[in-house]
Amino acid sequence: MTEFYRNYLAVAVLIGAALLMVGAMLGAGRLIRPTRPQPEKYVTYESGSDPVAGWGQSNVRYFIYALLFLMFDVEAVFIFPWAVSLDPVVVNGTTVGGLGVFGVVEMTVFILLLALGLVYAWRKGVLRWA
Amino acid sequence: MIASLSPFALELGWGTTMAIKTLVVLAIIPAGALILGYVFLLKIMSHMQSRLGPMDPGGFHGWYQLVGDGLKFLQKEDVMPAKADRRVFAAAPAVVVLSTFLVFAVIPMGPDLVVKNLDVGVFYALAVSSLSVIGVLMAGWASANKFALLGALRAAAQLIAYELPLLLAVVGVVIQAGTMSLQGIVFSQQNGEIFGWDFIGNPFILTQFVGFALFLVAAQAELTQTPFDMPVAESELVSGYMVEYTGFRFLFFFIGEFGTAFGFAALAATLFLGGWSIPGVDGDWANILGPFVLFAKLMLVAFLMFWVRFTYPRLREDQLQALAWKFLIPIGFANILVTGALKVAF
Repeated sequence: MTEFYRNYLAVAVLIGAALLMVGAMLGAGRLIRPTRPQPEKYVTYESGSDPVAGWGQSNVRYFIYALLFLMFDVEAVFIFPWAVSLDPVVVNGTTVGGLGVFGVVEMTVFILLLALGLVYAWRKGVLRWA
Repeated sequence: MIASLSPFALELGWGTTMAIKTLVVLAIIPAGALILGYVFLLKIMSHMQSRLGPMDPGGFHGWYQLVGDGLKFLQKEDVMPAKADRRVFAAAPAVVVLSTFLVFAVIPMGPDLVVKNLDVGVFYALAVSSLSVIGVLMAGWASANKFALLGALRAAAQLIAYELPLLLAVVGVVIQAGTMSLQGIVFSQQNGEIFGWDFIGNPFILTQFVGFALFLVAAQAELTQTPFDMPVAESELVSGYMVEYTGFRFLFFFIGEFGTAFGFAALAATLFLGGWSIPGVDGDWANILGPFVLFAKLMLVAFLMFWVRFTYPRLREDQLQALAWKFLIPIGFANILVTGALKVAF
């Protein structure tokens, strides 16, 4: 197993440990806590009054925010590798990165294009609540 | 990989080291949540608002109050609404706690004290910390409760909107350090210099103060703390997505919230304040003093975050979204471009 996979094996171990802890705490709770079922306890809580059937409405804007987010989040995936390759680094004997001025100009163009998307959404009134 | 901590001449195998590190992380998260909860929520908040806070349990300034509160949850009945989606409802708190846990895998506490010094450290930390959105949405949806669903949608919209300024604030640091590894970022602050003057190294708060401010504001929103607490607004949504949770499952959300606050404070301290390093301390001493130094810096950052939490009123949902999209994100982009240009110029 290479060092790379070993690093992520550690992450897997932590996931296991976290789930184990949650399980152990809930298990301990199960032994200690009382269980006295009454039908009223399992009614949906709506501040004490009888629950009204059906789903409430929610604003469609949340969906649009999700779309906006998607655009910028994918872009962040491109910005991070760019951020570490401005200066040249030596990896396994070969020099990589060192984008320098070229990199900064390219990123400026890229970010301006994306900012245009934000400006479009802004002008369209997506960010304003009627 | 062999961990070496020379003053104790320990030579441990991968499994043993990993087991010890896992146990330490398991201990840090509830301990961190308790410390923040006690120091800030019970004491500093009370004093800022001219009250004493709990004084009786445990004798000294009511230190036992929070432990008692935690244990109380252990003996609470487990109530799951009849209409809830049972499996998703049960899994949601675990997802939230899991995302808190994974952040601590990359936070270094000394030159050798880190669970795994991943090459993509910061990126990984931000990625796993945003997993909690999924847990929140699961909780809100599975509760089959209108208030919970509203809270979850608000939370999801807020967490994703402020995820971006958080990422963009960090990019400036990554550009300056030239690496995404948190250990590498600490070293580059330790060995950096400001105009040839290198006594205190170059803590990035000096050159990246815009990033630091962005990071704190965005972290505040990620933690759904006032003024960004629309998702859990007690007066309207009665705790939003957590409304149907009882007992230990509810406590997991609490641990998740304060554990993540601990994690974000540690991240901010590592990225901007030099992490475990302190001028003039090197080698083995850095391993011994590192955790304490990091803890001191972390508490300083946490104090700032909680100070804001106790001082400001809640923002309206549209103001909250407008702040992220119209101000923080453009500022974040400008910060990246300026940092990049300066990095190339000098």
